[in-house]
Amino acid sequence: MQPIIEFKDFSFKYRAQTEPTLREINLTVNRGEKILITGQSGSGKSTLAHCINGLIPCSYKGECTGSLTVAGTVPSEQGVFGMAKKVGTVLQDTDGQFIGMTVAEDLAFALENDAVPQNEIFGKVDEVAELVEMKAFLDHSPNELSGGQKQRVSLGGVLVDDVELLLFDEPLANLDPATGKRTIALIDEIMKEKDLTVLIVEHRVEDVLYRDVDRIIVMNEGQIAADMAPDDLLGTDILPKMGIREPLYVTAVKHALDYVYAREERAADWPMKIDPKDRPQHIETMNLEPYREALLRWFHASPLPVRSNEEAPVLEVRDLTFGYDPETPVLKNISFTVRKGEMLSIVGKNGAGKSTLSSLICGFYRPDSGEILLEGKDISPLSVKERGEKIGFVMQSPNQMISKPMIMEEVGLGLRVREVPEEETVKRCEETLKTCGLYPMRNWPVGALSFGQKKRVSIASILVMDPGILILDEPTAGQDYRHYTEIMEFLRMLNREKDLTIILITHDMHLMLEYTDRAIVLADGQLLTDDTPAKVLTDPETADRAYLKKTSLYDLALGCGIEKPYELVERFIDYERALRDTEMAERDPVGEESPAHGEEAAL
Amino acid sequence: MNRMLSYKEKDTWLHRLSGVTKLIFFLLWCITSAMTYDTRVLLVMCALMIALFVMSRTEWKQISSVMNVVIFFMIVNLLAIFVISPYQGTDIYGTKTVLAPFLPGHDITAEQLFYEFNVFIKYITITPAIFIFMVTTDPSEFAASMNLVGIPYSIAYSVAIALRYVPDIQDDYRRIKNAQEARGIEMSAKAGLFKRIRRTSAIIFPLLFSSMERIDVVSNAMELRGFGKKKKRTWYSQKPLKRNDWLVILFSVLFTAAALVLTFYDGNRFYNPFV
Repeated sequence: MQPIIEFKDFSFKYRAQTEPTLREINLTVNRGEKILITGQSGSGKSTLAHCINGLIPCSYKGECTGSLTVAGTVPSEQGVFGMAKKVGTVLQDTDGQFIGMTVAEDLAFALENDAVPQNEIFGKVDEVAELVEMKAFLDHSPNELSGGQKQRVSLGGVLVDDVELLLFDEPLANLDPATGKRTIALIDEIMKEKDLTVLIVEHRVEDVLYRDVDRIIVMNEGQIAADMAPDDLLGTDILPKMGIREPLYVTAVKHALDYVYAREERAADWPMKIDPKDRPQHIETMNLEPYREALLRWFHASPLPVRSNEEAPVLEVRDLTFGYDPETPVLKNISFTVRKGEMLSIVGKNGAGKSTLSSLICGFYRPDSGEILLEGKDISPLSVKERGEKIGFVMQSPNQMISKPMIMEEVGLGLRVREVPEEETVKRCEETLKTCGLYPMRNWPVGALSFGQKKRVSIASILVMDPGILILDEPTAGQDYRHYTEIMEFLRMLNREKDLTIILITHDMHLMLEYTDRAIVLADGQLLTDDTPAKVLTDPETADRAYLKKTSLYDLALGCGIEKPYELVERFIDYERALRDTEMAERDPVGEESPAHGEEAAL
Repeated sequence: MNRMLSYKEKDTWLHRLSGVTKLIFFLLWCITSAMTYDTRVLLVMCALMIALFVMSRTEWKQISSVMNVVIFFMIVNLLAIFVISPYQGTDIYGTKTVLAPFLPGHDITAEQLFYEFNVFIKYITITPAIFIFMVTTDPSEFAASMNLVGIPYSIAYSVAIALRYVPDIQDDYRRIKNAQEARGIEMSAKAGLFKRIRRTSAIIFPLLFSSMERIDVVSNAMELRGFGKKKKRTWYSQKPLKRNDWLVILFSVLFTAAALVLTFYDGNRFYNPFV
């Protein structure tokens, strides 16, 4: 065992911060290991990665203490350029890091910078393109590629240097589930073929565990909270405690064990918790025998939830067809109905037509044929602005929407341009800010807010116009589990208490499963399925065609002999929601981030 | 996507030339055209350019909208010269042949017409050259070509980066504009011009902020792959110079020299048919 990375009592403090972001890190990674580094946003996991590739302290300045060696050298002495020869870094933003005009040029970028003669570059680019399966796309420009293909190019772009270590910074963030799975498999193959060491920084533990990892390092508040083999870690409750989602099947088994324990129905030879010996790392190979009986009891004890909505339809899409050019329709004969007070998701892989569908509903484009009805009336005569008063649209990143420096100005913008009297504007803004838990901060500049709070400002600026329907594009993209929960619970609160109909455009399976009652699945411009998320994600064929991934609960159900896997999924979701509701009831209704109570009391 | 003035792959000898060759030709051509008012030289250049334009097999729709703008400005320019200095031609050529009295102080003279004719053919020598360069040169080659004619690669590459991210930023712009329109910030002609200008900030600021996030990623990604490490870099998409390239470069140099000699040997850059 030869170490490739050694942190010894290593601490790092960013220049602009008073507290160190990494504290007393002691960590050794051996050659040939595959390590998952996980933790919440702000836990220091990305900072740790930046220390390894030299961005810290060369690009991000600050103070280091202790020692760090990577592949026999010291990153702070080698600089970013020196480390790039040994450590290949793949970032999460697949568009941003695609620098070349074409695939071939992007692959060649590092070699060009090294002034390698052109004929040598040609050979190397071909070789790497073969390795990352992009040989057929060499002359394609980035806008002709899917997210997964761009990521493979980025991976190839660092493999042209004979690196010893690959470092992935949230590689799954921008990918649909099926593509993510392929990425993890590809990383595994390349690692074996080229005999590399791999570090993956990611909070989607279940997805990374699709292929074996040697160790999982859990970061929390700048320290290593755990450094264990996956089988050992999954038996503990470290992940949920640190705000990281564990694999769903693990959670389900734990719920079952807790359930039988709490009711004293536990037989003497049943385990109290998951035993590492049963290999919980993969559901396919996990030994489920010891847990089957407990799981079945838990399964049979809870009734199968019935989800139905008999409210009047608010939005009807009928036979909608649209193409940016008439020859190649992006959407073909789409029909569905949304009922009042529903929370539903539109899912499908990148490019399936999800965003186009929402653009048609909002009126950014006109359909080629078909119609859209709002409360029974055709909306084609309404302008974008008029539709915006009834159907609110929230973009993925709040930074794409916020244009005013102060919160009150931003939230009131939609009313002011509609020339609503100032008094009423202020009143409605204040009400909306109260709903969104931003009232105490109403006079703050937007810049002082956290990402989650900005997201709420961008939602508030739409809610202030009192639309009956809210469409959100990937509301939780790039968020860790805690922020994801915060945003989604907020939306659920709006859905329930304000009777708002919410449509979520997403490729996040957890989001559709946990928060929506219905999923409209698009694939290649057609409506593939319109059903409950539990059924969608337990139907291997649908999941396959829509580039989703069947949930691991499906395998758990089959493994335990449950005939209709979706029934397990439905019960699991219900159980989880009930748990979350009790948890939320004990907490501030809008999340712990808001200092609401303190300041309100002071006023 | 079919954008204006964008590269289109075709198999002509102009397309096959290296970007460097075309850049050298284009630069020398522009210098010559800017220096000379010698009608004989300009007419030859005109004829050559029209021939090249035909050989490049450029379709009208590739250039139509830009061409219309150019024609519009050309007409405005020609009229403006006459309005502002109606006797410019007389000053240059030293004679005054009134063809038709027009307004007081604005007689139409043969000299003025001849001068404006020269301005007109200058447009014809340069405009197609720009079009040919743009539509026959693969943008991948721009940066490499600029670097090879002596522009530092960091500057040359920033041109490439701009070309690379322009479509991304256009997408962002469209998305942001749509969402802001739904909020009621109308950018269509319905809103008054003044309002529209003021409301542009509702698009510009979000666009700026999201672009700034991107710049951070791009610069990190470039640094992590060693951009700026060495004084020199090589180029994947650089085309090697072939026989035709050398011939074109040789021709460009000789032509420029000949044109300038012909223009200046009598100490005046105007060809004067009036004496």
